[in-house]
Amino acid sequence: MSAVVSPIREPLITGSKSYHDITEDICAPTEGTPNPAWVLCLAISFIGVALFGFCVFWTVYFGIGTWNLNRTINWSWDITNFVWWIGIGHAGTLISAILLLFRQKWRTGVNRAAEAMTIFAVVCAGQFPLIHMGRIWLAFFIFPYPNTRGPLWVNFNSPLLWDVFAISTYFTISLLFWYTGLVPDLATLRDRSKGLRRKIYGFFSMGWTGSAKHWQRFESLSLILAGLATPLVLSVHTIVSFDFATSVIPGWHTTIFPPYFVAGAIFSGFAMVLTLMLIIRKVYKLQDYITIAHIESMNKVILLTGSIVGTAYLTELFISWYSGYIYEQFAFFNRALGPYWWSYFGMMACNVLSPQIFWFKKYRRNIFITFFMSIFINIGMWFERFVIIATTLARDYIPSSWSYYVPTWVEIGIFIGSMGLFFFLFLIFSRVAPVIAIAEVKSILKTSGDQYVGKNTVAHHHHEEHGAH
Amino acid sequence: MKSQNKEILYGLYDDDEDLLKAVKAANKDHLEMYDVYTPFPVHGLDPLMGFSESRLHIAGFVFGAMGTLTAFLFMTWVFTRDWPIIFGGKPYWSVPAFIPITFELTVLFSGIGMVVSYYIVNGLGFGVENPTLDDRITDDKFCIAFQTNGYSDAEIENLSSFFSKTGASEVSSKVI
Repeated sequence: MSAVVSPIREPLITGSKSYHDITEDICAPTEGTPNPAWVLCLAISFIGVALFGFCVFWTVYFGIGTWNLNRTINWSWDITNFVWWIGIGHAGTLISAILLLFRQKWRTGVNRAAEAMTIFAVVCAGQFPLIHMGRIWLAFFIFPYPNTRGPLWVNFNSPLLWDVFAISTYFTISLLFWYTGLVPDLATLRDRSKGLRRKIYGFFSMGWTGSAKHWQRFESLSLILAGLATPLVLSVHTIVSFDFATSVIPGWHTTIFPPYFVAGAIFSGFAMVLTLMLIIRKVYKLQDYITIAHIESMNKVILLTGSIVGTAYLTELFISWYSGYIYEQFAFFNRALGPYWWSYFGMMACNVLSPQIFWFKKYRRNIFITFFMSIFINIGMWFERFVIIATTLARDYIPSSWSYYVPTWVEIGIFIGSMGLFFFLFLIFSRVAPVIAIAEVKSILKTSGDQYVGKNTVAHHHHEEHGAH
Repeated sequence: MKSQNKEILYGLYDDDEDLLKAVKAANKDHLEMYDVYTPFPVHGLDPLMGFSESRLHIAGFVFGAMGTLTAFLFMTWVFTRDWPIIFGGKPYWSVPAFIPITFELTVLFSGIGMVVSYYIVNGLGFGVENPTLDDRITDDKFCIAFQTNGYSDAEIENLSSFFSKTGASEVSSKVI
């Protein structure tokens, strides 16, 4: 091999796999009878989808009055859920694009599932602004199309419209990136199957042959798409934060929002990737491809982004005091010690304090701690958005309009249902397509397989022989 | 690439390093390869195959520039010519506010344009059926293929000896 590999670098593929073993192991979950655990999870998540559908129907049929929004608190669970899902949808493109540019090999074990997760999270996120419109059948008004009202155009100066463009672009580019990477692996599934199954995979694998020129273009395309998606992923949550930061609400109009939202998005996205991957690797027996080394790398990203988020919280507190602006000071005093103190406490405990446990290598490499932490972080990040949105609005400039918000069953149902929708889509995906990028894992086997690197190296002399060229 | 009765003689190799050595040997013997098929992108293969750099990035730039111009000029036209409105006392032509949408459309046009170009130049698409030589090429076999239409027996013999010399594990022929 021409690549220089440190002998102390930890292997990313264990079990002395051959190329054929990789194909067999990763294709296995899509073939044969479904795993009973998968069927059970699918049934449970389908109940969630049904709940989602019912509550959305209820909202559209009876109107937004079925939610507990009011004159003061006009954004609450809906936009909290929207920002939460969009944040979760940031890890996939981060892993596949930014880590590709940084040549991080551990990306290959988790990128496919993370990208799929991104797409499904954006699907869930996109529902909330749409149903919040009330008259969902007029949703096409958000696009600038020639209309009979003048034509009267949308307001291109509004961050809410920037959001429309950012999220639709992000969804489209993520989908293209994901599917282009999926095509060679679908061809692998096609070539392993017969009859109708072969026809179906043949249709979706687009006639892929593995020709050298195609692979060259494939790599070139992946690299440029990664280069495009990197600023894109940073722009999306920046623009989501503009929804708040360009307003004149104390607690919202802060210039720290864009970097702080982006860090928070990566933080929660990695947590969701870990939640899913820890289950997937166990259920689909993929521990040799998603190793403790992968989990540790992701925990390091969580520690970094969690600490950035924590620093941002403290900076916000300091600046609100230092500004000398009483409304700003009150907004933060109210967040921490007002009627919603419990959500602020939950946010601080889950996002700032608990990830600090990952300074210890022992805990970064512990599967149970990682799993519980990944759940904590997603709870914490949900609280963060709730704190920013509902807590701030509950105490506005006029004390006579102060109020306290509790969701109705419809709002709770939509949120829980959206999780059902997310897991339902992910489970379907994990059954019909390889959850790990087969071709990409094969391409790192010689530099990261445990028979080539690390302390179990058996072909060490073989390796040195090639290194000498 | 529908079937045009190409007679193909191909050899399968078990390892990417064997493949690279064989491609080097083929270049040395001045054998003209029809194509090389691999289950994953083998690094170091492109220069041996004599491929020039992919021009997809040029397509990406052109499509991206189209996106930039479309977004920026359209918003400019709407807010200065078609329906000028004052928002918050700002000028009609408020450039900083146009930047986010201009950026997003640049990325969108560039991404879609490049992906569509990629599928067109590769001859790939939903439902396309390109002939494949062996089902294991997408698994763990590395394939070198020669087109042998009009080859004499001696030339075919020469190719067979090339395959056995370079360590191909299997050699077959197929008409595609």
